[in-house]
Amino acid sequence: MAYKTIVEDNIDILVAGAGLGGTGAAFEARYWGQDKKIVIAEKANIDRSGAVAQGLYAINCYMGTRFGENNPEDHVRYARIDLMGMVREDLLFDMARHVDSAVHQFEEWGLPLMRNPKTGAYQREGRWQIMIHGESYKPIVAEAAKKSADKVFNRICVTHLLMDESKPNRVAGAVGFNVRTGNYHVFKSKTVIVGAGGASNIYKPRSVGEGAGRVWYAPWSSGSAYGLLIGAGAKMTQMENRIVLARFKDGYGPVGAYFLHLKTYTQNGLGEEYESKWFPALEEMVGKRYLDIEASHLTHRPIPTCLRNHAFINEVNAGRGPIHMVTMEAFQDPHLEEIGWHNFLGMTVGQAVLWAATDVDPKYENPELTTSEPYVMGSHATGCGAWCSGPEDISPPEYYWGYNRMTTVEGLFGAGDAVGGTPHAFSSGSFTEGRLAAKAACKYIDDGKGEGIVVSQEQIERRRKEIYKPMEHYKIYRNEITAGSVNPNYINPRQALDRLQKLMDEYAGGVTVSYMTNEKLLNIGLKKLKILEEDLEKIAAENIHELLRAWEVKHRHLTSEAVVQHTLFRKETRWPGYYYRGDAMRVDDDNWHVLTVSRRDPVTGEYTMEKAPLYHIVDENG
Amino acid sequence: MPTFVYMTRCDGCGHCVDICPSDIMHIDTVTRRAYNIEPNMCCECYSCVKACPHQAIDVRGYADFAPLGHSVRVKRDEEKGVIAWRIKFRNGKKDMDLLAPITTKPWGTCIPKLSEVPAPSKEQRDSQLLFNEPKYIRMDDGDIHTLKSNGLKMVQGVEGY
Repeated sequence: MAYKTIVEDNIDILVAGAGLGGTGAAFEARYWGQDKKIVIAEKANIDRSGAVAQGLYAINCYMGTRFGENNPEDHVRYARIDLMGMVREDLLFDMARHVDSAVHQFEEWGLPLMRNPKTGAYQREGRWQIMIHGESYKPIVAEAAKKSADKVFNRICVTHLLMDESKPNRVAGAVGFNVRTGNYHVFKSKTVIVGAGGASNIYKPRSVGEGAGRVWYAPWSSGSAYGLLIGAGAKMTQMENRIVLARFKDGYGPVGAYFLHLKTYTQNGLGEEYESKWFPALEEMVGKRYLDIEASHLTHRPIPTCLRNHAFINEVNAGRGPIHMVTMEAFQDPHLEEIGWHNFLGMTVGQAVLWAATDVDPKYENPELTTSEPYVMGSHATGCGAWCSGPEDISPPEYYWGYNRMTTVEGLFGAGDAVGGTPHAFSSGSFTEGRLAAKAACKYIDDGKGEGIVVSQEQIERRRKEIYKPMEHYKIYRNEITAGSVNPNYINPRQALDRLQKLMDEYAGGVTVSYMTNEKLLNIGLKKLKILEEDLEKIAAENIHELLRAWEVKHRHLTSEAVVQHTLFRKETRWPGYYYRGDAMRVDDDNWHVLTVSRRDPVTGEYTMEKAPLYHIVDENG
Repeated sequence: MPTFVYMTRCDGCGHCVDICPSDIMHIDTVTRRAYNIEPNMCCECYSCVKACPHQAIDVRGYADFAPLGHSVRVKRDEEKGVIAWRIKFRNGKKDMDLLAPITTKPWGTCIPKLSEVPAPSKEQRDSQLLFNEPKYIRMDDGDIHTLKSNGLKMVQGVEGY
């Protein structure tokens, strides 16, 4: 094939995927490694890539410590409660103690943060959220990354990590291809920080046809964070913890500002408050430890997001839908009305388009809400991702192996969606995790841990062959048929994605089964995933764009398999409202007050599962 | 709603191709103008709409749930540091103009070049501090928060919950 091989050698820090996590990593790496070679490889264009490409109207993780608002441990407790206990509190504390530094620097760089005119502090939306005019959030942080990096390679789809051949389980860089030129790119690097994204589109979406693009998480979030890490044999954690979002129907417009700032609220189709009536039964199902109605009432202890979803789902299934967001009161105030619209324009324009198209004026009509299809990611209100080391001054021995945010593969770090157990990082926390990983990666190199790496020509050629195989396959079998997309020897990337979505939906608790699954269903799902894996060897790409889609669906497939393996392993229903194990419908703290950790053997594809101890931060004298 | 491109306005400059996060704005080889090759991978992020120098790109709501006859247009100006939106409803009853800032500083001028700031000391390297810290992370002049400084410890198991 005519595609060139382009080798970028002697890299110290390779950032694979430059959303908020990756830009944070590239920016910070320059400070601790002023003499180091820092390179970014990004699938799109870093000015508009990752989950924040479109913008954000809020920064959802800001302590406000300098204004005396919160301390890091307050945020840890909040995330712990919201995730039913299943979080890495060392990583969360670490993120929380640094995150304000990132947010204040964003303001220095020109990001318009709103201020509370009375206090001078940032304008709060909720206890953790602050309001911003964030249309250009991503271009601004991209400027910071560009100022720090030696080179930025846009439009490189990174498909695999390179592994060192002199020392087992050590990373050596990454490979991929340019989605414009088709050229093969080899990055030889002492460390890699994976800032790639979580996964949309692995579960069948509610929308059909064109609307399949209007997913809650970006459609370009192809689970590459997990595909790359799992493929390299890194241990993963909490992959069962997929998230379901209650959002404005069809457009998936955000509800945070509506609930917290505009003080809108939900009601069922009969105009009644519905949540609280589901709570007594739920309290029994999950136990008082996780839902204590009285305590929540008295202390404003937050009710976990999944449990509020549970009430929503059950109310709809009881025939009292649709669930409405009551906006008609708040929107009578012209200032609040404007905020309501700006909120969409800043981060989910499609919702504004939908309301304009359907003549829904929230001033005169309460819009419908829905619960989304599940998503797999690790930076919003859920914590899928790699099993990473924490910082030395906080982490207990089971959580610490030398370098902050390093995975179980040496020299391989994560940030944002890639790091497991750190929900509620959001944009600012992901950027912060990138910074932490960058400092640790520099230390790893300075300690001489990246010396003597060997990457053979054989490995490079093997990956090259593997990467372009879908195009070869297409060329070989295309002319066996007259025309069209039906071929007995291959499936195209869209067909593969459709199959993946259907089986994940039906067997692993998607939206058409009201998020329900069980051991039998999961085992069937695993079997079908294995067969799909065989067919993915026969995926065909007509052109370079399809080759991109082919590799995206391969990453989504690896992600999905991990989700099913983890869901099978955790024999309980830990997060009612995110998913249900019908054969184990309760929270089981006796057996499952632990984190789940998996490893897929890169050679055999076999999974091993283990439980890891769960540590909580408590008062010294408590 | 995926994007579409007006034939008479597009000159095939490729700004949209360059910016699209989903790699779906491509140049048609026959007309030499841009178009959306994969509408079901478009999330209406408007990156291409904002990047188009000729306002040639617009959005028509997703066919599976958005009726025809609406409009959400945008103009983004980095020099002025603002973004202007106009939303028109299908029934013509609502027509809104909304303006928001996108930056408070001249574009790209206030971000430090970290290769040119004084190098960190060994002490800083050995600490938990990141660049520019402990600025902004404390209310007082103290050091970074630790479990010890905040009177905390880690306890294994459900007892600590």
